[in-house]
Amino acid sequence: MISQQLILSGVGGQGILFITRLLAETAIAKGLPVMTSETHGMAQRGGIVISHLKVGSFSSPLVQPGRAAGLIALKPGNAPLHRHFLNGSGWIGVNASPSPEGAGDVPTFSVPADAIALEMKAPRSVNLIVLGRVIAEPGLLFCSLEDVSLVLEKKLASKPSLLQSSLEALRAGAVYAKREGC
Amino acid sequence: MGGVLLLKSERILMQGNEAMARGLVENGCVVATSYPGTPASEILSSVMAWQKAEGLEMHVEWAINEKVALEIAYAGSQSGLRAAVAMKQVGLNVASDPLLSAAYLGVTGGFIVISADDPGPHSSQTEQDSRMLAMLAKIPCLDPDSPAQAKEFTALAFELSEAFQVPVLLRPTTRVCHACQDILPGSVKNLERKADFRKDPTRWAATPNFRYRLHLELNRKLADIAAYGPTAPRLLNPGAKSDKAVVASGVAAAHAREILANLGLWDELPLFQVVQPYPLHESFARDILDNHEEILVLEETAGVIEMQLRNRGTVRGKLSGTVPEAGELLPELIEGILADFAGRSFSPVSRPAASGGRRPTLCPGCPHRASFYAIKKAAPKGIYPSDIGCYTLGLNLGGVDTVLCMGASVSQAAGFHQSYRISGEQRDVVATIGDSTFFHSGIPPLIDAVSQGARFVLVILDNSTTAMTGNQPTPAMPLPGKVPVPIARVVEGCGVRFCKTGDPLNLAEFKRLVDEAVQFARNEGVAVVIAKSPCLVDRNRPRTQRRQAEVTDACSGCRVCTNQFECPALVYDEDSKKVTVDLLTCSGCGVCIDVCPSRSIRRREEER
Repeated sequence: MISQQLILSGVGGQGILFITRLLAETAIAKGLPVMTSETHGMAQRGGIVISHLKVGSFSSPLVQPGRAAGLIALKPGNAPLHRHFLNGSGWIGVNASPSPEGAGDVPTFSVPADAIALEMKAPRSVNLIVLGRVIAEPGLLFCSLEDVSLVLEKKLASKPSLLQSSLEALRAGAVYAKREGC
Repeated sequence: MGGVLLLKSERILMQGNEAMARGLVENGCVVATSYPGTPASEILSSVMAWQKAEGLEMHVEWAINEKVALEIAYAGSQSGLRAAVAMKQVGLNVASDPLLSAAYLGVTGGFIVISADDPGPHSSQTEQDSRMLAMLAKIPCLDPDSPAQAKEFTALAFELSEAFQVPVLLRPTTRVCHACQDILPGSVKNLERKADFRKDPTRWAATPNFRYRLHLELNRKLADIAAYGPTAPRLLNPGAKSDKAVVASGVAAAHAREILANLGLWDELPLFQVVQPYPLHESFARDILDNHEEILVLEETAGVIEMQLRNRGTVRGKLSGTVPEAGELLPELIEGILADFAGRSFSPVSRPAASGGRRPTLCPGCPHRASFYAIKKAAPKGIYPSDIGCYTLGLNLGGVDTVLCMGASVSQAAGFHQSYRISGEQRDVVATIGDSTFFHSGIPPLIDAVSQGARFVLVILDNSTTAMTGNQPTPAMPLPGKVPVPIARVVEGCGVRFCKTGDPLNLAEFKRLVDEAVQFARNEGVAVVIAKSPCLVDRNRPRTQRRQAEVTDACSGCRVCTNQFECPALVYDEDSKKVTVDLLTCSGCGVCIDVCPSRSIRRREEER
């Protein structure tokens, strides 16, 4: 069975919970068991927010340091803060341009999501732009852009304009990845 | 859930709190009450969502505080209905008075008290262990390890409660409440019960003489519950044989399962999961001490199971110093303890030395920031008692000196006034309390302060919602089928002679209002200012689009706006020595325009 542990981090208000649940629901859509752990309460007021996501058969909702396949960071400063969760072959997907200091020899996939979000006049889309960037990189995540888009379509079926801008943000991140690649 | 139509054959992602709510609804709970508090807040909002989705006749209520919530739900149980009340652990302190008495009286319909603990603590004043309160109350408690198990335990708790006519404490922790898991919803049982309160004054209104007999009866119930099959400890790896054994409960058991496998100890070290930490099953306690030479107990936060295993020589845990007695039992900690217990070597992953990052702060455009700014200007040498809510973050702004517990800002303000008065001094005291917290427990101390002649200013930060916990309603809200209770009328009813309302986002005028209140408090008595301005992140309100701020070249780089006003949307740029506006987060409240000493902030021409 597919098994993947991820850490998602940012600050309150950036939509970490939304993309964590989106990925968790994508896992369920693919028939995989999933567990997550969320941050609520005072930290959501602009403090550090971290989510743990475990796809596969697990009993604990928390990722242990040294066991995450990847870290998705919506603030450049969060990459050095949470990189100790990564395993030996771990990667970082980060909202930054260029790559933040402190990543060392960890493969890092960055995207200037703040600037792209402002350009798209969608300041709340930073989370999906970074997710789009990571998902476009083959072999990083347990799911594909299509898998996630399908779940988004179901999740936001009653909010067509939000769905439209969310899909655009995901794609914008993916398009940036392709541009970087060539 | 999010409005998605529920297909019962489909596994869906459920947060622990949603899962417990689903469990309550599936098992015929028809009276559910709560007061919001992290990590328990989503339980009742999920009950409401499930009730709506299933079209059920229920009484679901955000009560004014946890004591009231428990009493309302308990009356449901006394009427023969299944009932539940949910709260965070410090809420259980507030509700402990009726709970301890209800334990003696017992229940009719199944009665579950959910008290969510917060080891860490992540979002609480204390790390207290609600299981200790179950011991104090002499009621059984269940300790789930995951959202799925928390849902399963709601059924178990109702059965246990009705089998022994006793309230049952269900104790999840943050890592259960705020974990999400794929769960298959079950069908909803309709128990077809009608309210049927049977009068029995010797029980329901028992006098001390009868209470003694009820206490004896409760002790007999507890002895039987300690032998109740369905809640007995579970051996998770029956193949393992060793002189040593591990006993775990709650999420520590979930961590231990995974870690034992990772360490290659799954087939070696027996792992017992305790479902009901209190009362611990008598035969289990006897057998495990007889069969094993060394026993490790992993539990959060106190040594509740450990203290019931009556052999200090062979039991390792918190009392023996093997497991930390404070803080969360993170998996990396448990890994080290388990490896050590099994005599395995283990090398921990090193963490970054400095934990940097941002501290929580009031949202950009939050009206509380403006209120604190006005308070500091009006009474710069004042003492600022505050309370529990988002506005606790006013401590970053120097506007909060004390935070004790719900409602204490008002009583402490009075206490500070009286202490200085007998020392022959008058100090300005300006207390702050949120609207929901004021209703929760600010009213009795306000009456007390007025009647005792105290002198201080109370600023009620009225953002028309319970913001910190996810925008639950307050009694002042005009909701369909409810009767709104306006705060100003309550304040006047408490005997306060100065009660004025202003909008803190209109900073200049609001400052004058607070000045006036400070003058009144110095000369006359308690003055109340209601700072009325809606919460910006309230999902129940439409987002207002306002033109954002921009900083002109006239900025002198004095940093008053970043250091004293501390709006996260204002960023000091080290290179240009000027402040810039973060357009991703600026809400366009415009308060910084009045805060800037060099008048260098203005609204942008163009709307975003």
